[in-house]
Amino acid sequence: MLSLYGTEIASRLLLGTAQYPSPAILTAAAKASGTEIVTVSLRRESAGGASGGRFWSLIRELGVRILPNTAGCHTVKEAVTTARMAREVFATDWIKLEVIGNHDTLQPDVFALVEAARILTDEGFAVFPYTTEDLVVAERLLEAGCKVLMPWCAPIGSATGPENIRALRSLRAHFPDTPLIVDAGLGRPSQAAEVMELGFDAVLLNTAVARAGDPARMAAAFAKAVEAGHNAFHAGLVEPRDTAVPSTPVIGQAVFS
Amino acid sequence: MRVLVKGAGVAGLTVAYELASRGAAVTVCEVRPEIGHNASWLAGGMLAPWCERESAERAVVTLGSGAADWWEAVLPGHVARTGTLVLAHARDAPELARFSARTENHRRLSVEDIANLEPDLAGRFRHGLLFAEEAHLDPRRAMEALARELNAKGIAFRFGDEQVSPSGFDRIIDCTGIASPDPDLRGVRGEMLILRTREIALTRPVRLLHPRHPIYIVPRADHHFMVGATMIETDNDGPVTARSLMELLNTAYALHPAFGEAEITEMGAALRPAYRDNFPRVSSCGATITVNGFHRHGFLLAPAMARRAADLVFNSDMESDNEIDRQRRSA
Repeated sequence: MLSLYGTEIASRLLLGTAQYPSPAILTAAAKASGTEIVTVSLRRESAGGASGGRFWSLIRELGVRILPNTAGCHTVKEAVTTARMAREVFATDWIKLEVIGNHDTLQPDVFALVEAARILTDEGFAVFPYTTEDLVVAERLLEAGCKVLMPWCAPIGSATGPENIRALRSLRAHFPDTPLIVDAGLGRPSQAAEVMELGFDAVLLNTAVARAGDPARMAAAFAKAVEAGHNAFHAGLVEPRDTAVPSTPVIGQAVFS
Repeated sequence: MRVLVKGAGVAGLTVAYELASRGAAVTVCEVRPEIGHNASWLAGGMLAPWCERESAERAVVTLGSGAADWWEAVLPGHVARTGTLVLAHARDAPELARFSARTENHRRLSVEDIANLEPDLAGRFRHGLLFAEEAHLDPRRAMEALARELNAKGIAFRFGDEQVSPSGFDRIIDCTGIASPDPDLRGVRGEMLILRTREIALTRPVRLLHPRHPIYIVPRADHHFMVGATMIETDNDGPVTARSLMELLNTAYALHPAFGEAEITEMGAALRPAYRDNFPRVSSCGATITVNGFHRHGFLLAPAMARRAADLVFNSDMESDNEIDRQRRSA
């Protein structure tokens, strides 16, 4: 079981709730994925008000744990304020911390991220920081009190899959005991399997499911890929090599050619 | 058959028309003092079932493809059948590929095709799609004209009247949108603006695809352009936010820099009424029939839903929404 801030989670697939054609399709996708954690954006859906209204009720009706996020925040102050609001609205200390540094790539501002993480962990939040694959930033986030890291593998919504496998491997190797969740950039189930085979603990998906032709079916496909990758990592993958290795002995066999 | 229609948005007006055409004595009551200033008033007025299929179920095509004919028959001269142009900047080419794969009844355009269709956009986009069978209308002119048409048919309007007594009516049709007490409805906030410029002319609605802010621009009379619309999951219908305004203006500017010099003649925000599946519903409870949940498809799906409501009024044995549910399941 995956343990996130003391909570045992069986499903290693986290699902975002934005961009679905309808709440009904979101519900179907969440069920098909088997997810136990969904993320919700506060800032965008509140439109300046305190309430996302019916939509948030529909999210609550999914009956899974809610991980509010600070998507759309560009400064420490915005992110901290949004996190505090999320704590009240959803009655949870969990917060997926996003502080965007570049509007175009939605790349996290890692300096502001560390600062906001420190403030929020001091206030008792369980912070899930959306970060890059940078090793030193990861160290700083752990020092700031984060117990989970959510590195991207490619820009949000890009659906390109892991761009820097070497850095992801290095992150896994350096923090063997910290839950690592690949947050952004996955487009295909095979890519989710790929990062899970590296030993990552879970993946978070949104665009790849929400904008698929059939989101529920895609959610189910990802769930299988995530499980396959996870099992493959723990089963111990055979390393690739250049020469053929026959699976049955050849010595002593008759040679016909 | 005496019927009270509550609400004079696009749903109420189309329902009133269908009922009156079949011989019902219809009264329309509306809490506002006149036609307009509701969600329909801020609509784009696009009759674009094939484009909408990108994010809506197939029924949007089966029920919406007749909408342009309905409006043209009822309000001759109001419908412009010039199609829809769908564009994306080179960096958003995957969005165009996705849109193309998820929709039908379009053709791919070259640089020359785009220049021929919309000369002012010449050279600005390398690829696009044309949905030639789609149409659009000006929702405000259409609603006012439809109200006049209903007046001429002898339909009574009672504006500014919240307390119309249901007694004396055989059926009540609730078309009050987000104001309806239906607990299954939620609001999806839409923000729009109207620009005015003589520096650019368009002959058809243009949808500019973008991974985060897909925006459309619909040409209106007298050099006006309606730019819409945000889709935000909230029940807050307060004023347009700075962020949304920036997104809308950015997209207009990205379509053509001339929009940067345009006058902003209007900004508006309203709540689209939506059910869980973002698809409208005709439901029946006692003497009341509810026609609601049009989401972003008011002008597109109101004719089909109005027919459906009228069928229910004149054939009370019929079970509400069964036919539509069946159509949607088989689609």
